[in-house]
Amino acid sequence: MNIVVLLKMVPDVVEELEVAPDGKSLNAEFLRLIVNERDAHALEEAVLLKERHGGAVVAVAPEAPEVDEALFTALAKGADRAVKITGFTSDFSTRAAAKLLAQLLPRFLPADLLLAGCQAIDDVDGQLAAILAHELQLPYLGLVTQVKLEAAGRATVTKEFAGGVRGEFEMTLPAVLGIQAAEKPPRYIPVAKVRAAMKTQKIETVPAAGAPAAALVEVLQLAKPEAAGHAEMLTGSPAEAAGKLCGILLERGVL
Amino acid sequence: MAGNVWVLAETWRGQVSETTYELLALGRELAAELGVPLQAVLLGHQVKSLTPQLGAAESVVLVDHPALAEPALEPYTYALAQLVKARQPRCLLVPLTNISWEVLGLLPAALELPCANFCRDVRAADGKLQARCLLYGGKVEATAAVSAAPALFGILPGSRPAEKGRGEKAPAVEEVPVELAEAARVKFKKYLEPEAGDVDITQQTVLVSVGRGIQNQDNLALAEELAAALGGAVSGSRPVIDQGWLPLSRQVGKSGASVKPKLYLALGISGAPEHQEGMRNSELIVAVNTDPGAPIFAIAHFGVCADLFDIVPALTEEIKRRKASRAA
Repeated sequence: MNIVVLLKMVPDVVEELEVAPDGKSLNAEFLRLIVNERDAHALEEAVLLKERHGGAVVAVAPEAPEVDEALFTALAKGADRAVKITGFTSDFSTRAAAKLLAQLLPRFLPADLLLAGCQAIDDVDGQLAAILAHELQLPYLGLVTQVKLEAAGRATVTKEFAGGVRGEFEMTLPAVLGIQAAEKPPRYIPVAKVRAAMKTQKIETVPAAGAPAAALVEVLQLAKPEAAGHAEMLTGSPAEAAGKLCGILLERGVL
Repeated sequence: MAGNVWVLAETWRGQVSETTYELLALGRELAAELGVPLQAVLLGHQVKSLTPQLGAAESVVLVDHPALAEPALEPYTYALAQLVKARQPRCLLVPLTNISWEVLGLLPAALELPCANFCRDVRAADGKLQARCLLYGGKVEATAAVSAAPALFGILPGSRPAEKGRGEKAPAVEEVPVELAEAARVKFKKYLEPEAGDVDITQQTVLVSVGRGIQNQDNLALAEELAAALGGAVSGSRPVIDQGWLPLSRQVGKSGASVKPKLYLALGISGAPEHQEGMRNSELIVAVNTDPGAPIFAIAHFGVCADLFDIVPALTEEIKRRKASRAA
C-alpha cells in the first residue's frame, strides 16, 4: 500500500488575520501557518492505512513558511519520505497548484492512493484533490471519512452526506481521495520526536517545472466580512454578564 | 440558450433541498442584472414531479437517467458537462452542501472553467461576474472576479431567504437526453444511516454547543452541567467531533444535524460557514468567544466576548440560584 499525501500550509485561523496594505493578501508578519486541518486528517488516514496494510507514505508539500517543521512532523508521525516542492507560489489559485503538482506527482508513483484534504480554508478557486484526479485520469471521491482496502485493487470508501447520513462506494485503485476526517483524530506527536526526526531524517526537495496556469478567478480584494447584523454584546464581569444573560433567557421564556 | 443564469436544483433523497430556493432567489437577482433568463437544472431519476416546485426559474432543464438516481459524482459531472458544453450558460450556481459540492471539483477541471468557492453573493460588474467569498472559516471575505464563461460558483447556504426563491406557477420543462456510461470506477453501494445517539439533538429546546474553545474532553463536564441546569443537551462543532470528544450524533453543521432549538448557546465556536449552516435558524443564539472578530457574533443575537471558562460556571451558578429562588 503506497500512499502519497499532499499537505498545504494555511493560516491558523485561531490567530487574528490582518489584510496586508495591498488589500489582496494577508499580512504575513502576523501569520502563523499550520497544515490545513483536512490535510492533517489525510496524513493520519494514510498512516493508519500503512499501519494496517504495510507499504510506504510519501508526504508532499509546496514550499511555504514553516513547511519544514510540518514535513518533519509528518515523518515523526510515520511518513517514510517527505518532499518539498520549491519554486512556486500559487497564491490563491488552487487550480494552478493542482496542475503543477499533477506534473510532478508521477515521479512518486505508482501509488495506490493519493490523499489530500477535501478542501482548504483558502480554496477560492477549485478543489485540489478533484483537479489532480482529473489531470492524472484517476477516479475520485471527496468528503471521505473511511477507507477499507478490499482484495485486488479495490477499496470500499465512505463519504459524508448530510444529517449524519453517509454513503458507501466501491472504487478501483489507484484513486484520489479528498479526506474530510480520518478514522481517528490526528495523532499528537511530542516535540522531542519531531526534533529526533530533524536529526535523523531528510526532506527531499523537488523544483516545480514550468509556469503556473493562469488563474481563472481573480482576487480583487480581501476584507473583514461585512455582516448584516451583529450580536448585542453583554459586558461586565463574568457574574454581571451571566446575570444579564439570565435576564434575557427569563424574558424569552427559556428559563 | 447561451448566456443564461443556471441554478443546480439540488435534491436529497427525493426532496428539493431548502438551499435550492435560496440559490433560485440569488439567481433571479443575477439574471435580472444580466437581462437573461434564469433556468433551474434538475438531474435525477424519476424526478419530473419535482419541477413545479422550481417556479422561481423561467424554465427547468431536466435530465432523467437511471445513473443519476443516487448522488454519485461521476455521472452527475458527466451529465452537467454535456449540458454546459452544449448550452453555454453564463454561469452555474451550485449549492455548497455535502450533496452537491463535489461537482465543483471535477466539472471545472474537466471543462477548464473558472470556479469560485465559498460565495455568499454573486453580482454582475464591469462585464464580469463578481463574487464575495468567505475564506478562512468565515474570517476574511474575498471579492473575486471571473470574466470567462461559463463560470461556476459554489454558493454557501443562507445566501438569500428561501422564501424569495419559491415561485407560484409551474415552470416550462425541457427534458434533455444525455449519454451516460455505467459507472465503472466509482460505484455507489448504499446509504449508511446515522446511528441513533442517546440524545436526538434536533428535538432539544436548548442546546449548549461546544467548539474548539472547550480545549479538551474533561472540560465538557462544564457544558454538561450548564445544559443540565438549562434542561437541554450538549452538542458540538466539527473539531470536537473529529477529536472524538462527542459522538457523531451530537454534531451540528454541514455534515451533521441542522437544529432549530429555542436557545442555541455557542461556547468557543468560531462560527465557520459549515457550522452556521446547521444552526442559523435557531430561535435565540447566544455566543461566548474570546475573539471579538469570531464570525459567530455576526449571526448571534447576544454575545459575550470572554473566556468560556469564566462565563460558564458563573452562568450555571446564576441559573441554579434563580431556579432555586423561584422554587422557594
